[in-house]
Amino acid sequence: MTTTRTAAGTRTAADRSESGVLGRVEAARRRRPKLRDTHITSAHGAGGKATATLVDAVFLEELRNPLLEPLEDAAVFSADGTRLALTTDSFVVTPLFFPGGDIGDLAVNGTVNDLAVAGACPLHLACAVILEEGLAVDDLRRIVASMARAATDAGVSIVTGDTKVVQRGRADGCYVTTTGVGLVPADVHLGAARARPGDTVLVTGPIGDHGITVLLARGELDISADVTSDTASLAGLTSRLLTAVGAPADGPGVRAMRDATRGGVATILNEVATAAGVGVIVDEDAVPVRPTVRGACELLGLDPLYVACEGRMVVVVAAEATEAALAALRSHPLGVDAAVIGRIADDPPGMVLLNTAFGGTRIVDLLVGDPLPRIC
Amino acid sequence: MRFVDEYRDAGTARALSARIAGLCEPGRAYAFMEVCGGHTHTIYKHGLEDHLPPAVSLVHGPGCPVCVIPMGRVDDAMHIARQDGVIMTSFGDMMRVPGSHGSFFDANAEGTDIRMVYSPLDSLKIARANPDRRVVFMAIGFETTTPSTALTVRRAAAEGLRNFSVFCNHITIVPALRAILDSPDVRIDGFVGPGHVSTVIGCRPYDFIPRDYGRPLVVSGFEPLDILQSIHQLLRQLRDGRCEVENQYTRVVAAAGNPVALAVIDEVLEPRPDFEWRGLGRIPWSAMRVRERYAAFDAERIFAPPGARVEDPKACQCGEVLTGVIKPWECKVFGTGCTPETPIGACMVSPEGACAAYYNFGRARHRATGPAKELSRS
Repeated sequence: MTTTRTAAGTRTAADRSESGVLGRVEAARRRRPKLRDTHITSAHGAGGKATATLVDAVFLEELRNPLLEPLEDAAVFSADGTRLALTTDSFVVTPLFFPGGDIGDLAVNGTVNDLAVAGACPLHLACAVILEEGLAVDDLRRIVASMARAATDAGVSIVTGDTKVVQRGRADGCYVTTTGVGLVPADVHLGAARARPGDTVLVTGPIGDHGITVLLARGELDISADVTSDTASLAGLTSRLLTAVGAPADGPGVRAMRDATRGGVATILNEVATAAGVGVIVDEDAVPVRPTVRGACELLGLDPLYVACEGRMVVVVAAEATEAALAALRSHPLGVDAAVIGRIADDPPGMVLLNTAFGGTRIVDLLVGDPLPRIC
Repeated sequence: MRFVDEYRDAGTARALSARIAGLCEPGRAYAFMEVCGGHTHTIYKHGLEDHLPPAVSLVHGPGCPVCVIPMGRVDDAMHIARQDGVIMTSFGDMMRVPGSHGSFFDANAEGTDIRMVYSPLDSLKIARANPDRRVVFMAIGFETTTPSTALTVRRAAAEGLRNFSVFCNHITIVPALRAILDSPDVRIDGFVGPGHVSTVIGCRPYDFIPRDYGRPLVVSGFEPLDILQSIHQLLRQLRDGRCEVENQYTRVVAAAGNPVALAVIDEVLEPRPDFEWRGLGRIPWSAMRVRERYAAFDAERIFAPPGARVEDPKACQCGEVLTGVIKPWECKVFGTGCTPETPIGACMVSPEGACAAYYNFGRARHRATGPAKELSRS
């Protein structure tokens, strides 16, 4: 890419050309982001570019260490010869109860899934709740019962916790934080940076169910649709997948797994592209989306690729292991609709491209803030 | 999806694009302006330009209402939002538009109560639920969204709500089109006309374009095949030596528009003698304000904002982008100083804005490594 300037500082013709400009744009994108904001806004929690910038510029800046730096869903480390995975997550969903789940099972499944996609067998969880004055005790009972059921289903136990109460108006009913620990088999090596050109990209089922369910459950839109959250523990699914194809340090197998929560599948694909310095090419018509979710997204001007899931994951697998991986996923109730949605390429590095169903090509970038409905 | 998928069929698109290529005269280039931001979004989201021959280029017009709101109006809205007891409401697109001192999102973070709504009627709900607060709806949009604002004001009046008002920034498309056509730099062979606006105003208001300026216009729907078909119709007119207003979007748009919607607009709102557009400057009779009869619901009368006039940032070339004089990537600050995270100009804010659409979706077509390769399907 020609980026030379003349002595007078004027740009050369190559600089001013479209590819010259885009070369500078890509160079700017690859630089570490700078946090220019003076206050936290909702965009910092949306899982897109603002979140990534905040994490990089504030948390990584102060807390940097080799385990934190890859920003995987869980940190994997050895203690006394045993490989452990550790993760934590906070849940602030509104409303607390929605079709298909509630904040309780979400809090358990979310943390279990962060362990599972790190290749770990989840062992125990810790749970902290922040309760707002005025929350009905019956609602809290429902939430905790739901946590208990989800923990049983995932094969984990909640072994320690903490409870705090804040004044009315200072929390949204109930916030839950769960921390989990799991065991990672010695021969499992996963990470977004392991994706290589030629690998295949899969999703384990239809995307966007959770995000659309919660959006509609808020009741602000006067839209009703027959859709329920996909919240579920992925531990059984990841275990079956790893048993079938493995995740060896060298040789074919699973390279990376990520559960697609806030920011949706698009964010995961961008994380893979950035971490491995590869291109991700996705076929739009291969991405499974339920008709009701697609319809709601159409109405609201949202892209299903960015809508949150709570029981789906993106899997990157070596090309030669694709069929076995797909068969293993489809043999599990949570993976029956698993599909190959794309592949890893060497070009363009750090970027996700979508072959649209219409026959065109476009970029799928990280979101800037929350996906905002367009006005017309 | 019924009534959607049939307008996104890749096979039909390929057939149509072959017919489009067949209509292009050898050695001639064609530039068509898609007026509406919704069209810009569709074009990039579906990669529609990949179906166009090199001779046909698309110019992104001024039809994103968020993009043409000047900074001064955002500052005025902020002034209103910061008054005691006020809850400001607006559409999601508006939340990130920069004023001189940040956006609605930034103001929210500083404690100002600004809420995103999906419809002005949601603002009315907020007003009913907060009788001790003063709820203001920041109304933006072309004729597409104007009727719902007018209806909301009428409903508030009928209910006798005393804590609801509208900060009216509704604009009208025809004066903007005339301003573009009067620009000496204009190099446009025809217009892909705004479908949503036309559901309200119909097709006849565009008759001046072929008559006075000799350019054809085809009112177009928003699915990608709608737009391809509209381009085909424009090229056919040029080949046949015709110059007319045609309606591609007949399944939604009636020639006479929607008389009920027009009547409610006329009852509640009236043309404003003067309004500033971002990038286009002052255009007379190009916007609407609340009529005297509904003064009690007019936030400008109630809160008397200062009427701030703020120069666009010097580096920003939104005006030239909006009039099609330059492509988004030709702007001096595109993608480096001005990105969707840190927009300088409003065209980078809304997903309908030409610069944001190009940045978010369109860079793939002409990547730095050269023209986009045919991507093999997995």
